[in-house]
Order: sequence, then C-alpha cells, then structure tokens
Amino acid sequence: MSPVDPTHASGEVLLAGGRVLDPASGLDDHLDVRIVDGRVAELAASLTGGAGADVVDVTGCWVTPGFVDLHTHLREPGGEAAEDVATGSAAGAAGGYTALCAMANTAPVCDAVPIADMVWRRGREVGLVDVFPVGAITKGLEGRELAPFGELAASAAGVDFFSDDGIPVADALVMRRALQYATAFDAVVCNHAEDPALTADAQMNEGAVSSVLGLAGWPREAEEVMIARDLILAAGVGARLHVPHVTTAGAVELIRAAKHRGVRVTAEVTPHHLLLTDDLVASYDPVLKVNPPVRTAADVEALRAALAEGVIDAVGTDHAPHAPELKDQEWEHAPCGMLGLETAFAVLNTAVIAPGILDPLTAVDRLTRGPASVRDVGGHGGGLAVGADACVTVCDPGAVWTVDARALHSRARNTPYHGYELTGRPVHTLLRGRFTLRDGVVQTQEVAA
Amino acid sequence: MTGTVRDATAATDRPLRDLISIEDLDTDDVTRILDTAEQLLPIADRRRNSVPTLRGRVVCNLFLEDSTRTRLSFDLAAKRLSAEVINFSASGSSVSKGESFKDTALTLDAMGVDCVVVRSRSSGAPLQLASYLDTPILNAGDGWHQHPTQALLDVFTMRRHLGDLTGRRVVIVGDVLHSRVARSEVQALRLLGAHVTLVAPPTLLPPAVAGWGVGVADRLDDALVDADVVYALRVQRERMHRAFFPSSREYARLWGLTVDRVERMRPDALVMHPGPMNRGVEITGDVADSPRAVITEQVTNGIAVRMACLYLLLAGAATHTEEPR
Repeated sequence: MSPVDPTHASGEVLLAGGRVLDPASGLDDHLDVRIVDGRVAELAASLTGGAGADVVDVTGCWVTPGFVDLHTHLREPGGEAAEDVATGSAAGAAGGYTALCAMANTAPVCDAVPIADMVWRRGREVGLVDVFPVGAITKGLEGRELAPFGELAASAAGVDFFSDDGIPVADALVMRRALQYATAFDAVVCNHAEDPALTADAQMNEGAVSSVLGLAGWPREAEEVMIARDLILAAGVGARLHVPHVTTAGAVELIRAAKHRGVRVTAEVTPHHLLLTDDLVASYDPVLKVNPPVRTAADVEALRAALAEGVIDAVGTDHAPHAPELKDQEWEHAPCGMLGLETAFAVLNTAVIAPGILDPLTAVDRLTRGPASVRDVGGHGGGLAVGADACVTVCDPGAVWTVDARALHSRARNTPYHGYELTGRPVHTLLRGRFTLRDGVVQTQEVAA
Repeated sequence: MTGTVRDATAATDRPLRDLISIEDLDTDDVTRILDTAEQLLPIADRRRNSVPTLRGRVVCNLFLEDSTRTRLSFDLAAKRLSAEVINFSASGSSVSKGESFKDTALTLDAMGVDCVVVRSRSSGAPLQLASYLDTPILNAGDGWHQHPTQALLDVFTMRRHLGDLTGRRVVIVGDVLHSRVARSEVQALRLLGAHVTLVAPPTLLPPAVAGWGVGVADRLDDALVDADVVYALRVQRERMHRAFFPSSREYARLWGLTVDRVERMRPDALVMHPGPMNRGVEITGDVADSPRAVITEQVTNGIAVRMACLYLLLAGAATHTEEPR
C-alpha cells in the first residue's frame, strides 16, 4: 500500500458561523469558510453548503490558518521511547498545528540528507501535519565542522533552517562561518543561545529562588552574551539569524536594538516562558526543568510585551518529550525539556490573549504568519485567501479544560501543566481540507506500508 | 498546581510530619525540638546506654553521599532510643547503576521502614522522597539546600552557652553559596530572633540574599567586634580551581579564623564550625583548639538533637497536645 495521498482532500467542507482571524489579510470578521477539494473556495456571511457538503457548525470559535511550530522535538530517529513522528504529529494536530519543524538533535543527528528525508517522509506517511526537518549546523552537533547545508537544502525535505538546538555553537569562528555559508542558500541559522562556560552545572534561573533552593544558578548573562555575539556576527556577514526560546528581558532589548538597526534577525518565545516563573521550582519537580530555564515575573512581562510588539516574531513550543523514567529522578539528574504542542494555544490564550495583552489577530499572527516568515514552510501560515491550501485551525477560545498528562497524545507525559485549568482549545484542525482533528479527536490517517 | 502532591489525608498524629527544611518550621517547633533535646542530652552523653522509647521501630539511613560523621551521629541517636538501624549507602551521582532514586524509595517503602534519614548531593531529593513515601523523612543534608539537624544542633549549642538567642549576633563566614549548613543556619537563627551577618568572598555569596533578613559584611574584622558567635563554614580547596578565590593562603588571610582575629572578639564569644575542618584554611588549629571553640561539644549535642528529631517524628502524640502540622 502506498502512503495516504498527502496532497488535497476532495469534496466540500463548510465551516459555518465562526470568527475568521487571518493575519495575512488582516481579516477579523464573522464569516463562513467554504473549502473545496482542499483549498479555500469562498469566504462570506451565511453560505449554504452544496450537495454532499460536510457542514460544520463552528459558532463561537475562531477560524485561523493552521499553526506552525518552528521548534518541535519529535525524537525520531533514536528517541522513540519518548516520541516519534506519529505520536508527535498527533500531538501537533491536537494542538491545532499543521506544520512542525523537527529539531535536529536526534540519534543519529539530522546532519545528512537520508535523515532529513526520512523524517520528512515519515511526516507525509503519518499525514497529520507537514514535518519540516531542521538541519544541524555542525556535524554531530559537535560544534566543529559544518553540516552539508547545500545538500540538505537540495534534498526532498528542502531544509533551509539549521540549528544545533540544545547545544550552543560555542566557537565564534564556527558560528561566523555557518552564518556566512548559509547566505549562499538564503538559509537561517538558529543558535541555541547559551554560553556554556557560564552555565556549567546550572540547574535553574539564577536569582532569589535559586539562592534559597540551593540549586546552581543559570545566569541570564549566559543567554544574553551569546545573543549579543550572534547578533554582531550575523550583522557582520549579512546573514539571517533566528533566536530560539528567548527568556530574559535583557535578551528582548538586544533583539529590539538589532532589529532597529536592520539586522536580519527573527526571534521566538515558548508558551512556558510566557506563563511559568522560577518560584514554581520550589517543588523540585523535574517536570519544570527546562533549558533555557523559566525565569522571573519581570521577564515574563517583558516577553509578553515583546510578543505583542513584534520584537518576538513567533511562538515556538520547544516541545521536548522525555520518557517518564528520565524525569523521575533527582532534579539535578533529570533532563531538560517539557511538552508543549497540545497546550500551546491554551497557554497563550490564558496568559496573554484573555488578559488583553495580545489581541486575537496578533496572537494568531505569532502562531502562523510569524513563524512562516522565519523559514519556508510550504505555504503554511500564509493565510486563508481564496485558492490557498485549506490548512485551517478552529479553536474554541472559551473552552475551559483541565490538563491531564495521561490524556495527551505524546508518548511522554512531561507537561508542566498537569492539573492546570486552562482556557481555550483547538476543536478542529484541517490539513489541505482534510480533518486531522475533529471535535477534539485526532483523525489518525496512516495506512500501513 | 504542579508537581507531585502529597496525600494530604494521610493520617498522622506525629508532632512532626517530616523534617526537610527549617523553612517548614516555626519558632515553637524549633523550641520544642531544642527542649526535647535538652531532656535527652543526659542519655546522648551517657556511654553504652539507651532508653526503650523507639524499641521495635526501624530507621533507615539512606546515604547517597558519603558522610561518615553525620551517619554515625544518626546511628547513635537511633540506637540510644533503641530503634533498629539499617544502612543503605551508595555514593556517586544516581543511587547506583541500574536503580533509580524512585525505585530505591519504593523499595524502602515495601520493606516497611518507619523513618528514612536521607543524605543526598542533590538539592531537593528529600522533598522528592517525601512525595513517593508516607514514611517520615528526615533530611540529613541535601546538596546546597538544607541541613536542618546541623542548624538545630548549632542553635542548641548556642542556647546552652548564651541562653535566649534573641538579639544575639552571629557571624557566619565562608562559602555560603555552596553551603546547606548556612541556609539552614540562617533560618533557624532568624526564628530564634538572632541577628545574622554573612561574610564571604563575593564569589561565594548566593546571587540574591536580600530576602534572607541578614546583614552582609565585606570585612570579617569589622563584623567580629560585637559578635556573640562566629561560625566558620568549611571551604573546599578545589573551589580555587574554578576561580572563586585565588588561593587558600589568600582565603585564610582574609576570611580565616586566626588567633589575632579571634582575640579581638568579646571574651565570651564562641567559635563554631560544622566539621570537618580544614585546619589552616578557614580556621587555624590554635583557634579550633582554643577554649572558646565549642566544636566537639557540637558533635555531642548533635546526637541529642537527632534523638529529639527522631523522637518527635516517630513517637505518638501521647505527650503532645499540638495538632499535627
């Protein structure tokens, strides 16, 4: 059997009664959306479905472009005990995502065409989201020799985004060469911003809380020094730099200033850094251990403002599944990372949309058009214009739900929100007109090969 | 909201549920422990003798970090109360290859021990253990976080010499950053109304002590003038290799307790140290052996205080009317 047709669904779907939020066109209106053969066919008030149309009442819901995540750890190949392309894609569909960028720190590392193409192809076979592999900056994430940017760019996966995420490129010369070389392909280099000398043995944000808890501090300077260096290097060679998971108020200022003087930089923030603060670590629950660490309320406030202002372009989940036995250790031995895909919208809604810090249209921009502006994600996040691929997310912004780690689609359970009551949840997700999530239920597609 | 939440309904009539951090205690708790230790001191001090208070109870010393002194002290404390003691030792990072911290906890639970005395190099490990077990947990030191019985034996020793500690001045000098003793000590002294001043190289102070309710002084000599107690923390020589300070010689000159320095203190002022000492670095041999040093007395008092903690964790509430906390 061949994989599911990854292209467009056939037939008509009518999403009726929703509030359409389309950042690409600035549209924010109550309209029905007619989808025919996987493409947006018509947006208008009070449409009537044609014969055989699948008419879905989405009254009270937001209808938006499918979400795009720049920062997902799908763990395949090598980390299947925590996640794989199938389970991660299901989590993505449940979270309203239609495109995921799978980070390169797998085993083996995504530093060669066969790995990138395998991940890309697995995404197609699973058929719940489009998976765009991220290439490594350096071979084996070792920080020395460059991965083959050109070959990866020319592969079926079409990699134009490179990161050693989890490990910084510490050597300034290697980073400068990577930025310089990437310009040949108009590719983006995304460096995990952490000066490793300043974070040796670091366990949590350095500050008042770490002082009391007796955990080695992770100074904000470690992040800011590296971002400052990378901004200077990128400006020098005219390269495109993406700063992942910004966590400090000082980092926001560095990026703001760089954008102001025309540096080609984009930035992302995770949902957890928009909500969680380091005082929670007093529980010593390793589910809260994450790199970079959760910071202070002042940082959270600065990040929220930066996202609203556009200094930060995108929300990236840094979805990082870990097997339970690895998280069930003493804090200092547990690995860093937390789940994010299925709670991203709810956290964003609860933390910044409902309180009025971001209006809904801007928030949707940071989940769709913002990330799509960072790298090529094949038309995802591009808007709901007539003729566009019908990659659509329908969210109920008023849905109140309690997060249950065991009810998530990820193979792992390391969500920091277990037991949290959050507001807002994706109800339907459509990938080129086909439901991947319908009424909150993931529509598993894969056909056994 | 997050994290492993203990079963709050677990029935208990123990005066103390666990002893994980001084932060969890109030002034009455500390006073009760010290008063109990005072009653138990004659037994702690008596060689080859015991009382049957905890007969039939099993105390497990779970030592995931080597500490012969602390383990022996707990061992003696339990035995003087006639408890049975079993030892579970493993050094190194995780418990031992192939067995996780959680499995160790579940194993102890299945064996039915009555109390776990836990020592770990990982800050927070005793709290995690408490989330796995209903058994009382007694923290014998975790990472840089807490060492509550050390702080209690220290304030017990101070109280025996100075009486009420309200308004007394205690100087803690040394590597506060990496010290679980300092964190517990500050909290215990604050509960008893003492004034605390920290003196340390700036590199060895925690990044934010503003909320600790203590003074910070740069110069040891200035701080010592009107102190009732100077408490020297152990400093590890290897710290100088990570650029915390230049050399043990410079450390001893600026932050060490020397005879010259100590002679400028008030005549009745005490010198204390949690042990083991680096003679010649944070304290000279002459100071350690001087009459104002009460360092060996701390060791004896440690047995009484640990007996008191075990008693309050394990004994029923028959002699206490307080509500369980």
